[in-house]
Amino acid sequence: MAGAWRRPISTGWPRSEMLDLGYNTMLVATGATLLGISAGVTGTFLYLRKRALVSDAISHATLPGIGLAFILMVAFGGDGRNLAGLLAGSALSAWLGLLAVQWLSRRTRLAEDAAIGAVLSVFFGFGVVLLTVIQTMEAGRQAGLDSLLLGSTAGMLRGDALLIAAGGALTLALVAILRRPMEMVAFDEAHAAAMGLNVPRVDLATMALVLAVTVVGLKIVGLILIVALLIIPPVAARFWSDRTGRVALLAGAFGGLAGMAGALVSASAPALPTGPVIVLTAFALFAVSLFFAPARGVAAKLIERRRFRERVHLRQGLLALAQGQPIYEAYTLRLLVRDGLARPDGVATQDGAGRAAKALRDERRWAEARAMPAHEAVSQRYDGLTEIETMLTPDQIADLDGRIGGPRGVA
Amino acid sequence: MGAEFVMLSLAPIVIGSLAAIACALPGNFLLLRRQALIGDAISHVVLPGIVLAFLVTGQVATLPMMAGAGVAALAAVAMIEAVRRLGRIEPGAAMGVTFTTMFALGVLVLERTDTSKVHLDVEHALMGNLESLIWLDGMGWHSLLDPAALAGLPPELGRLAIATAVIATLIWLFWRPLKLATFDEGFAAEVGVPVRAVGLGLVVLSALAAVAAFDAVGSIIVIAMFICPPGTARLMTDRLEMQVAWSVFFAVLSAVLGYVLAGYGPIWLGGTDAVSAAGMIATVSGMLLAAAALFGPARRRSGAGAGAA
Amino acid sequence: MIARLRLAARKGLRTGPAPVADHPMEVRGLTVSYGGKPAVFSVDASFHAGSMTAIIGPNGAGKSTFLKAALGIVPRVSGQVTAFGRPLGTARARIAYVPQRASVDWDFPARVIDVVLMGLYRKLGLLRPVTRADRGFAMDCLARVGMEGFAGRQIGQLSGGQAQRVFLARALAQRADLYLLDEPFAGVDAATERAIIEVLKGLRAEGRTVVAVHHDLATVADYFDRVLLLNVRRIAEGTLAEAFTPEALQAAYGGRLATSHLDRLATV
Repeated sequence: MAGAWRRPISTGWPRSEMLDLGYNTMLVATGATLLGISAGVTGTFLYLRKRALVSDAISHATLPGIGLAFILMVAFGGDGRNLAGLLAGSALSAWLGLLAVQWLSRRTRLAEDAAIGAVLSVFFGFGVVLLTVIQTMEAGRQAGLDSLLLGSTAGMLRGDALLIAAGGALTLALVAILRRPMEMVAFDEAHAAAMGLNVPRVDLATMALVLAVTVVGLKIVGLILIVALLIIPPVAARFWSDRTGRVALLAGAFGGLAGMAGALVSASAPALPTGPVIVLTAFALFAVSLFFAPARGVAAKLIERRRFRERVHLRQGLLALAQGQPIYEAYTLRLLVRDGLARPDGVATQDGAGRAAKALRDERRWAEARAMPAHEAVSQRYDGLTEIETMLTPDQIADLDGRIGGPRGVA
Repeated sequence: MGAEFVMLSLAPIVIGSLAAIACALPGNFLLLRRQALIGDAISHVVLPGIVLAFLVTGQVATLPMMAGAGVAALAAVAMIEAVRRLGRIEPGAAMGVTFTTMFALGVLVLERTDTSKVHLDVEHALMGNLESLIWLDGMGWHSLLDPAALAGLPPELGRLAIATAVIATLIWLFWRPLKLATFDEGFAAEVGVPVRAVGLGLVVLSALAAVAAFDAVGSIIVIAMFICPPGTARLMTDRLEMQVAWSVFFAVLSAVLGYVLAGYGPIWLGGTDAVSAAGMIATVSGMLLAAAALFGPARRRSGAGAGAA
Repeated sequence: MIARLRLAARKGLRTGPAPVADHPMEVRGLTVSYGGKPAVFSVDASFHAGSMTAIIGPNGAGKSTFLKAALGIVPRVSGQVTAFGRPLGTARARIAYVPQRASVDWDFPARVIDVVLMGLYRKLGLLRPVTRADRGFAMDCLARVGMEGFAGRQIGQLSGGQAQRVFLARALAQRADLYLLDEPFAGVDAATERAIIEVLKGLRAEGRTVVAVHHDLATVADYFDRVLLLNVRRIAEGTLAEAFTPEALQAAYGGRLATSHLDRLATV
């Protein structure tokens, strides 16, 4: 068993069983792309429900099912490596794992993360026990089941490739059908319930989809890394939009891209395992999104925060100047000096004095406006920094001025 | 229970128990801080750590590999924190992004490097080699008093004993700040506990436990022991002191019972070959958790906590 | 975080003038933002020794945020805080803060007495054992809030009001000179409210300073002697006569408070 996972092509299957590699590659690439899209979209709803790592428990929980399926198929005289059989077994035990997570986190005081970790390690541990049992079986010497740990598409049978392509198409079809209810629940659970959606059932359907993606992805990505396809594309996509639907579509695009890249790269360079290439492609998309996405990206956030700080300090500095108070913070003074509003000794310039008087006057206008029920809606939106002219009409401002009395100069 | 037991089973059982204790101790606090999956993330990045060490040193030696694994664990924690803060991403997703990426990187680099001459593989990192840690000089119980025979104990035993002692001592020493920062971080900071340092220290301690343990017992036990014994213990009591004591008990019970079942269970069932001890220890710890979840005296949330949770 | 605060405070002191008086707490130009919008804007406040101050204002006025930012629990965009005439970081041992109840893990394996003993952390440090006298003192603190019968309960088994009293007992165990409480009466029963206010008045009688975020205007005049009226900005601050006036309330609450109601309140 040792080392087999490193050379997927030498899993011991006779070459004659392999059909045309090019056609297979195309099938696998198609399957991987469809799978990636489904994983991205499904993962988005999982991520928005803050349950991303439930998928990790599900994927690790497939192992005992794989082992048991192999043992059963051999016991009934079949071929233990039958992919359809193995995947059926994996789906069954993953489902049990999911039930165990839900039971532990609902019926006991353990939090969901602890339930996930417990199920993940215990199911996986039991799976490993079964693998060692299989190793001692006559038929198990060359089982090659460990290729399901890290995934491999090299040396794949035509039937398996067809199964994966069909599986990818099926999960995508399910995603298309279930997208709307999942989106509604992820966006606003209470609203979805009020609209007559059965929220627990939608959650269950989401989990079933996660499970389907996991099972179909076992052969391509492997059970340790399949979670990446469910987690990374949604997290990356979230940087680009605040709208659930768009995030889901973009995550699907990212996932599909990663799946295709993985399948094609590993087909052209068979030494490269599919799973890791898919994960690293997805991560590259994530890294770009993290830093460079507009609005939510790190670069944009840094610039925005800096600008906001400057605005707050300038405004506070101007108010201090207007009221003849000293400027406490060096940073405030630096900004005022930079903008030509004050001299380094803290005394206002002519320009600064004018702006300060205006700022103070606006404060008084807002204080007046806040006390007036007519302006309540606007004054609640006011952030203390925006020019009053952009929020109230000249007539309204003139009315406020009338209530305050004549303009007052700098104190 | 004679000479054969001492030679073949004593060292693995002791090593398994030490590994279980080393992981379960910090696991108690990870569990209460809702960071149970940090253990999962750390164990996944052990593999890239080993690969890194191999690339740097060009040889397969234990200490550089443990150092590499340690570096990788800390890098993973730093990356999780960075992803979480920079991107305002929930911790679970940040962990998922981090450990899958690092694991993938490890596999890929391993793939591209010529490691055919060395025994360096996923299987070892996952399952360890508990069964092979036999004590050839252990001729019977009397060997425990024989310095020459004791020198022949597997080196993993000494390493794990030291690691466990360090972890236990540090947790005893920093018990109050750990408890305070875990229960109420805001209050802890207010009364002068350096909460971020405490949090980081706990993670470093967990990394130490994971790295010391994985070499002997593999990542499966590491993840299972971080979570299952503390989880089981939490369902037994409502006092932190008792919880930690119970968790040590369950850790040792899982290790001993799991090892014995893996070695002798198949024979009792009429088989001939032992099964994976690491897998069986994890399985037993899961059984214990299931039993506590069904019958543990403190298994349910109660009072105000039920509403707040 | 404390280190950063200390640094900021030191920096502030270098550039700004010395504080006017050694009030238990002095806040200047405090601004906090949530999502690019100031939740608290350029607020000055002084809490006077031996006084009981209510921080009042409409929902979303930034009352709790102000308190948290003053203590450095949430980051501030600008502003300086001194306590007892020193930078906040060096005076923390004299300050106790009682948060709203959502901020702890109610499922934590700890009993009521364990929680109160946490208030002694500064005294006990890492390893000094808990003596019989410490336990007795913790029980006294519980007795002051009427919870001595619950010492052995797991904290998750308490009702909201009971939990609030336990956390007040923990604050008492800190033996602080300045007590800052965030909505101590939110969601508690009448008995708990009476018990808490008696304890707070007792603290004032001992010469300690109490500041509480408060939302019930009807009880302000009964419970407190000073008021800080907030609505993102500081609307008014001072004694009841100075700051708890219909005009100030109108300015803070705007159209959301009927004028007749205001008049009634201010004449209480």
